[in-house]
Amino acid sequence: MQDEDFLRPDPEKLLQQIARDEKSEGHLKIFFGMCAGAGKTYAMLESAHKAKRDGVDVAIGVVETHKRVETEELVSGLELVPLAEITYRGTKFKELDLDGILQRKPQLVLIDELAHSNIPGSRHEKRYQDVLEILSNGIDVYTTLNVQHLESRANTVHEITGMKIRETVSDTVFERADDVELIDITPAELLQRLQEGKVYTQENSKIAIQNFFKKGNLTALREMALRLTAEHVDKDLLDYKSEKRIEATWKSGQRLMVAIGSSPFSANLIRWTRRLAYSIEAPWFAVYVDATSELSELNKEVLLENLKLAKELGAEVITTKDTNVIAALIRVAREYNITQIIVGKSRPKGLFAYIESRRFIRELISKSGDIDVYMVGGEREAKEKKFNFQLRKVSQSPLWQYSAVFFAITLANLFIFMAASFSYQSVSMMFLFIMTLLPLFELGPGPIMLGALLSAFYWDYFYIPPLFTFHISKTEDVLMLIMFFIVASVSGVLSSRIRLHQRSLQQREARTSALYNLTKSLSVAPGINDIADIARGHIENAFSTKVAVIFGTLEGKLNAVAHPASSFQLNDTDWNIANWVFNNGQKAGKFTSTLPNSDYLFYPLDSMRGRLGVVILAPPNAQRLAFEQELMLTTIIRQIASAVERDQLNELAKSALLHEESEKLYNTLFNSISHELKTPITTIITAKSALETDAVVVNSSFLSGLVEEVSKASERLLRLVENFLDITRVESGNIKLKLEWNSMEDLLSSIAVKTASELNHHTLQISYRVEPVLFQFDFTLLQQAIYNIIHNAIEYTPKDSKIEVIYDQIGDRCILAIKDNGGGIPQDSLDKIFQKFFRGSGVKAGGTGLGLSIAKGFIEAHHGQIRAINNPDGGAIFQIIIPINR
Amino acid sequence: MLAQPTVAVIDDEPQIRRVLTITLESGGFKVISAGSANEGISLVASYQPQLIILDIGLPDRDGFSVVKELRSWNNIPIIILSVRNDGDDIVKALDLGADDYLTKPFNTAELMARVRATIRRTQQQDVNTTFVNDNLLIDFSARTVHKKGEELKVTNTEYLLLALFAANVDKVLTHKYILKQIWGPSHVEDAQYLRVFIGQLRKKIEDVPASPRLIVTEPGVGYRMKTVK
Repeated sequence: MQDEDFLRPDPEKLLQQIARDEKSEGHLKIFFGMCAGAGKTYAMLESAHKAKRDGVDVAIGVVETHKRVETEELVSGLELVPLAEITYRGTKFKELDLDGILQRKPQLVLIDELAHSNIPGSRHEKRYQDVLEILSNGIDVYTTLNVQHLESRANTVHEITGMKIRETVSDTVFERADDVELIDITPAELLQRLQEGKVYTQENSKIAIQNFFKKGNLTALREMALRLTAEHVDKDLLDYKSEKRIEATWKSGQRLMVAIGSSPFSANLIRWTRRLAYSIEAPWFAVYVDATSELSELNKEVLLENLKLAKELGAEVITTKDTNVIAALIRVAREYNITQIIVGKSRPKGLFAYIESRRFIRELISKSGDIDVYMVGGEREAKEKKFNFQLRKVSQSPLWQYSAVFFAITLANLFIFMAASFSYQSVSMMFLFIMTLLPLFELGPGPIMLGALLSAFYWDYFYIPPLFTFHISKTEDVLMLIMFFIVASVSGVLSSRIRLHQRSLQQREARTSALYNLTKSLSVAPGINDIADIARGHIENAFSTKVAVIFGTLEGKLNAVAHPASSFQLNDTDWNIANWVFNNGQKAGKFTSTLPNSDYLFYPLDSMRGRLGVVILAPPNAQRLAFEQELMLTTIIRQIASAVERDQLNELAKSALLHEESEKLYNTLFNSISHELKTPITTIITAKSALETDAVVVNSSFLSGLVEEVSKASERLLRLVENFLDITRVESGNIKLKLEWNSMEDLLSSIAVKTASELNHHTLQISYRVEPVLFQFDFTLLQQAIYNIIHNAIEYTPKDSKIEVIYDQIGDRCILAIKDNGGGIPQDSLDKIFQKFFRGSGVKAGGTGLGLSIAKGFIEAHHGQIRAINNPDGGAIFQIIIPINR
Repeated sequence: MLAQPTVAVIDDEPQIRRVLTITLESGGFKVISAGSANEGISLVASYQPQLIILDIGLPDRDGFSVVKELRSWNNIPIIILSVRNDGDDIVKALDLGADDYLTKPFNTAELMARVRATIRRTQQQDVNTTFVNDNLLIDFSARTVHKKGEELKVTNTEYLLLALFAANVDKVLTHKYILKQIWGPSHVEDAQYLRVFIGQLRKKIEDVPASPRLIVTEPGVGYRMKTVK
């Protein structure tokens, strides 16, 4: 299985390769050398000139000439992107202008000294991060690097040369390089160049030769550089093989696991394991077992560094909580099918630590079964950093814990001594009692041991005869003292361990329940605003920090303001960071290596479908997030992202539905109108063509039937066209009324005549409550309006229905009621019937849904009103009110 | 002469029903008509007409479900009336089993031609060994195709296509139907195959391939082999 997996090209890698081949990512070439003075910069510049001659658009981002004449000559022929000025603590520094390069966007940019650390205030801490960003923008990069600056080699170099290397480059960058060109030079040649002053000035050269540039050192560095280049070539070959599906000769189905802790030595272990994993082509894991929750600040820092390093070097990092380190290691190893465990060989100080470490090793070996265990030797770096490399960590209790215990025991002793009436055996029971109480106060094992020692000491001195001496006369008392000591310390340490375990359980439970609550509330959050609110609330609670959330727009940009649920707003600089995070998908800000000067911590809100926004935290104190906390935070953010994504999908579905609805409406409308238009036209065309056939011409009943159909269809068509013209007039809002003195009586009787032919066994009754007065109105328009309403009443009522028109006048208004005794108007349609193209559901064919809206338009043109109501006694009533205009 | 063939007209517009009735009666058909789908279905059930003319847009049910229901218990040919030129509705109805279609407005000559061709096709069930249309001759027993008396070289697929058209002369065949018959059900979406083959076929059998007379395109619907007189 394992072997097969390796044979198959990793799809991720293939994609990366393709992505890079397609130029979405820039090409990285490293000019690699053993140390300064090898001629890397010179070689890089020469290559750049060659590229320029080939028509490549080349620019220099930054080049250190060290005032070497030949180098400076080469620089002069190339375009320079000016350096950016950054002011730090009042001094101006020149740094690579990252934004300038991204804006200029050459095809190839030269960036010297990959290992350089940027001045605080720059976007990234390290220059190699600048380079990665440039590459991700599709720009090729040439850069230079010395072997000692490679993270995994820094220690070895330190061991060989005694020089502490501060500026390091992550190995992943070296591995990311598409080409590595080794700039090789023999140590003798280099030394000669040094002496000639080609590398440094004469005086500096002398110092350099005495310290760093010893022939032995140089040979070792050269060997290292050669080997690394060879490894890189190996890897290229491997990539090539897997890309072309050439069978790679994988040696092993091995999986390595390195146990790491909060000691700087762990970094060595990590590097060592990486090298081993690399050379045997095995996946590797770094495991940290959190046995106590009490780490000093320094240790926490180191631990975080170690975990980061392991991750950077390509390990899968696993952290687990367990008071039993060995059990935890074995458990993880089994879980991940580990074949080799790598642990550090500590050089314990003191007897206790020595025994402890021996026990640890023995137990690990005996419990590991078929898993191989490697011990890797370490070195104490006491001069550099004070650290505490303990496999089973004994917590570092602050001084006050010790003093509290000291005072408590002494005070207790004082009381017992004053009381004085107990036998010394029962006094021992009292001390024992106090000892069992001690673990109740959050004490580490150290203070408890102190308590045990102290009580034993007091008991012996003050109570065991002879009094006030440490002398013990009876053997049984000696025995008792030892027993006392053992019982006190064991019970103390055990209960403190139990408490610790309990606390870790509690923490885990708190974490689980926090996540559960978050998921629960997110799952019922009805919209983006609630999601933002829940997100802010949860993060604020969990990390006691202020939170801002910015969502992306649909166009893939960041919104211009933070979401209103945020508890603070950002200033301009922070907006830039937020945008950077949004565009680059990496965290930034405080405690990160990108733009660490900000007060805030920025996380991208990523989902499977893309970037959704940015979450910003304002950590209240200077304390960085612990690894576990960060893990928790990223989990929370992931949950939020999926909730946001779900919401977006919902919105999308909703708008699709809306679109569908409107399309349906359009189709219905289109169908009904084309039906209305085509029916009379079809009739006319069909009848006309039939009229041309002989069979029809000779038969008079066919003939007259068809002619009648043609005339009916023409009338229908005319009415339709008039309707369209009318609605267009209404729509244009530009109805010119032809106002003349007219009588409503005339108008209604003309309608009665007009509708007579349409009445389908309906009766139309017109009555007047008062004598109609003459007033000014547009006869044609009002006739059309009222006709439409009556026509509608005929259409929508069953035959034999009764239609009543009642005329009335109240003050200056004429009121018309048109009643029918049909089925009335469905309640939900009442407010829609005057809308254009509205047609009642389930109505018969014919009609455009325009009649009533035309009526309304014409009546409103007369400053009148129309409304429809249902008669409680059945049927519909249309009420028209028109002001009497004299 | 046979008894007067009966045509059922199902359309919700009385005007169309009246005109169709007059036109078809003048052409020698007996006409029965219905204004709604349900009425129409019971009409067909009780009269067993020789042909059904069905409007797709009916008030009580859509025409597709009517076609489906009719097809579930009889094979009386159906001509669809559609208001829209949009091929989708027509294709859908044809795929459900309708035989032909007309879009409103249509002229009488075309209507009568379709009605007659459809009735004729369903009545002649005898199997011929040759098919003749204009100067094209297909010999089914020898699997050969002749034009103006000369044998044409056709590929197997082209022959199958021609045979399919010949068996359904004057009937519109949807893209989907043809693809399914010739290439199988997995290719029903590959209309571009068909265009290529029809193009090749026209080059061989048409007098002027650019203005085909034998195999005509029904835009948005499919193809039809027309009887050339």
